[in-house]
Amino acid sequence: MNREQQEGGTTAPDGRPAREQPRWRRDFPVGVEADEYVSRRDFTSFMVLISSAFACGQLWIVGQNAWRERRGKPPVKEIARLSELPVGASMTFHYPSETETCVLVRLEDRKLVAFDQACTHLSCPVIPRVAEKRFECPCHHGSFDIESGRPLAGPPRRPLARIRIDIAGDKVLANGYV
Amino acid sequence: MHSRRFTLQQRAPIVMAVLCIVITIVVLQLWLLTASMDAYLRGDASTLIPAALASLVCLALNVGLLFHLRRLDA
Repeated sequence: MNREQQEGGTTAPDGRPAREQPRWRRDFPVGVEADEYVSRRDFTSFMVLISSAFACGQLWIVGQNAWRERRGKPPVKEIARLSELPVGASMTFHYPSETETCVLVRLEDRKLVAFDQACTHLSCPVIPRVAEKRFECPCHHGSFDIESGRPLAGPPRRPLARIRIDIAGDKVLANGYV
Repeated sequence: MHSRRFTLQQRAPIVMAVLCIVITIVVLQLWLLTASMDAYLRGDASTLIPAALASLVCLALNVGLLFHLRRLDA
């Protein structure tokens, strides 16, 4: 008989020895207190496991950030020609890699803005509504300001990632993130 | 040593207290994780390492409490 059984786990209320107890009590000899004690202790162990998972996640974020910083500044890349993009029009392009889609909008003759097209809520592609001066996310009706990329309405809380745009003659160049 | 001092009825509230503390610390770690992820996605790296250190301290506290529980049963 282990310690928990001795300390109230299995002592029957009538005090008789185990062999004289009814069958159901012999089949389930662990008392409620001992059972609760073990289940709470095991749940505590499980919570410590969760705690270690959170700490690992935290270290993973630090690792991701170190990797992002190691990649360095994105390259300068020609993304469009001014003559091909009238005022009020928009187009998509890939920057800095081919898997990342961005959107370029020509607001005025010499004023262009570009943002990562992924909504900061759940990464749906945002759609430029130039006449309404906003980007709209069709998934959850989020809105972003077309000039600054800051969230205006809906679930997004972070601004769109903005890309620095340089104009060299007729060329429109993407030059890293703002 | 502890096993000579505490009966099951005495150890049960100790486990409950430790469990409450561990849950509180885990909730704090969850908050740290969400805040760090938010900062990382925003491009703000200044808080990531302090938050990671704080989370590791929380983990060390939790592991210490777990060892304390194990010692109660030893």
